[in-house]
Amino acid sequence: MTSTTHRGLLREMVRIRCVEEMLADLYRDEREIRTPTHFSIGQEATAVGVCSATRKDDLVYTGHRCHAPYLAKGGDLKRMVSELYGKQDGCAGGRGGSMHLVDLAAGFGGATAILAEGISVAVGAAWALAMRSTSRVALTFFGDGAAEEGTFHESLNLAAVRKIPVVFVCENNNYSIHSPLAARQPAGTTIWQRAQGYGMPAEYVDGNDVLAVHRAAAAAVEWCRAGNGPYLLELRTYRWREHVGPNWDRGIGYRTEAEVDSWIDRCPIRRATAALRAEEPAVDELVDTWRAEFDAEIGAAVAHAKASPFPPVEDLLDGAYEDALSSQPGRR
Amino acid sequence: MRELRYCEAISEAIVQCMAEDPSIFVAGEGVDDPVGTHGTTKEATRLFGRSRVLDLPNSENACAGVAVGAAAQGMRPLVVYTRQDFMFLAMDAVVNLAAKWRYMYGNKGGVPVVTRAVVGRGWGQGATHSQSLHSVFGHFPGLYVATPASPADAKGLLVQALRLDTPTVLVENRGLYQLTGPVPEEAVPIPFGRGRIARHGSDVTVVAASLMVHEAERAADLLAGQGIGVEVIDIRSIRPLDETIVCESVARTGRLVVADTSWARYGFSAEVAAVVAENLPGALRKPVRRLTLPDCPAPVSMPLEQAFHPNAGRIVEACLDLLDGGEVELSAFDDVASGVVGPY
Ligand SMILES: Cc1ncc(C[n+]2csc(CCOP(=O)(O)OP(=O)(O)O)c2C)c(N)n1
Repeated sequence: MTSTTHRGLLREMVRIRCVEEMLADLYRDEREIRTPTHFSIGQEATAVGVCSATRKDDLVYTGHRCHAPYLAKGGDLKRMVSELYGKQDGCAGGRGGSMHLVDLAAGFGGATAILAEGISVAVGAAWALAMRSTSRVALTFFGDGAAEEGTFHESLNLAAVRKIPVVFVCENNNYSIHSPLAARQPAGTTIWQRAQGYGMPAEYVDGNDVLAVHRAAAAAVEWCRAGNGPYLLELRTYRWREHVGPNWDRGIGYRTEAEVDSWIDRCPIRRATAALRAEEPAVDELVDTWRAEFDAEIGAAVAHAKASPFPPVEDLLDGAYEDALSSQPGRR
Repeated sequence: MRELRYCEAISEAIVQCMAEDPSIFVAGEGVDDPVGTHGTTKEATRLFGRSRVLDLPNSENACAGVAVGAAAQGMRPLVVYTRQDFMFLAMDAVVNLAAKWRYMYGNKGGVPVVTRAVVGRGWGQGATHSQSLHSVFGHFPGLYVATPASPADAKGLLVQALRLDTPTVLVENRGLYQLTGPVPEEAVPIPFGRGRIARHGSDVTVVAASLMVHEAERAADLLAGQGIGVEVIDIRSIRPLDETIVCESVARTGRLVVADTSWARYGFSAEVAAVVAENLPGALRKPVRRLTLPDCPAPVSMPLEQAFHPNAGRIVEACLDLLDGGEVELSAFDDVASGVVGPY
């Protein structure tokens, strides 16, 4: 798990950025990663700040934008990259792709591709943890768009009434694909205040300030672990690239260049680097060293994934049921 | 006749129907955005503006019910889902309200909610982004369900749906959006419940829905070279179902292949087989062959995904098998949908 010093948080953000930038290039140039992929480039502070406040045995569930939380929770990089390449040793055996990452050993319970599904699943997982009297908690990452689904509201209500130990983590990047928040949710309202309406504590945090996110998440996790019930964090951040896929989407018309640039200026990595400069004057060199280190690590994971076999076609049906007999292929 | 792409044919149907009927509005996630649902809602947004092309919050459950309420008050909502899988969240309103409204409230009028849903096969769309729910919706009395395969049908069936008083579900496989074909300039409705013979042949009948019609036509072309006559029936709508066209063809050929984009159990292919068994006992010279999805969710990994979807090659094999004859070189077959590339 990530070191919780500011330096450790920065290092983890740099790692995730390196992973995603390299994968985005490969996705675009090679066309070998064939799975709809939602990059978190620009949003690293939310995943890192939150996951660094968890224990390894706490559980994280997410929506489709899952690479950053998966990695921040300690998910296996090699198995993630193999999954994107559709390989047998991918974390979901090549069956699930980018939107269904999973690493139970790391406490990453699963990414889901239908909006807001991960929210209810996390509530159920947290409830199971509580029923078994563990001190573990569950967390769920979702976007501002997912907060419009009925299941978001139903899940918050249930978690609140039954005091279920779950932290709702809303990564508010202001867009649902190309639709701005203002077109989807009433002006003057916020997601965190809606959670308060369900009777749980909730907080609005600058999601590009990794230390602020970490502190808020630590308080939220502590609150849940102590048996007080759920907690919601709304983290304001911004997606730099297109909704799905590796490209920039400047100029397609749903947001201005100036807006994108203003958020790139607020890059969470640049910000943490600047904040560290006083106590760590050589921080830029440090980041460069890390980058080189990570590029080597990622390069190795990519090479491994490419060399790995695809799942055998004979195994196509495996896993649909617990036993092979329940599938009755019939005469087709 | 001039040619249009499938997506353009849909766009034209929407625009023409909206011009003639002010009660029609388009609603769905991102319908007014720069991409405009594969280009199908862009022109409507440009011409009619955002008062009639409504971007909806990500609230499929409520919005499906909202559409029912609007339809009950005389509007004609055209609701768009960027993946049909998301319609599971809309099931309650579509099945428990829209489908039953007319009957349940004493036959005083229906709720004409028209639904367009995209099926996202290919490029690792995977388990929850590639399902075609035509059989699911076809199960429920009160709904019409169509699977347009050609640009002309995409237009004509949508025009018809927008003029009926019955809720409809139109299934659009995204592998079809770029296909071109002749499309009438006018808004000419095509009735639901009438199939189309896409290829005439006397040796074997292939009944197909949606994308599989094109796979079946390619199979027919190839087998024609071997002197085998494949009759391809594009079913066009699966509810109502054109039993006559199926039975007349099978009565001639005595051999039946059903090619579908979904699973076999309790599905469209089962229904067609049942219709033939009920109406033509003894007409089949060989058992029915169903080409459907294997009994597992859609995998992402490329070789598994390729094995998962039935295509022209598999139809050729099935036909040859029914005719006890020969072999052909199948490597020439790419899926019709293989032109679909990411990112989404
Ligand atoms: C039920 C459902 N409806 C629609 C979609 C299509 N969809 C996928 S991601 C997305 C945008 C979601 O926005 P948000 O929750 O804010 O997350 P972000 O992509 O911004 O991280 C939409 C509409 C879906 N996957 N599931």
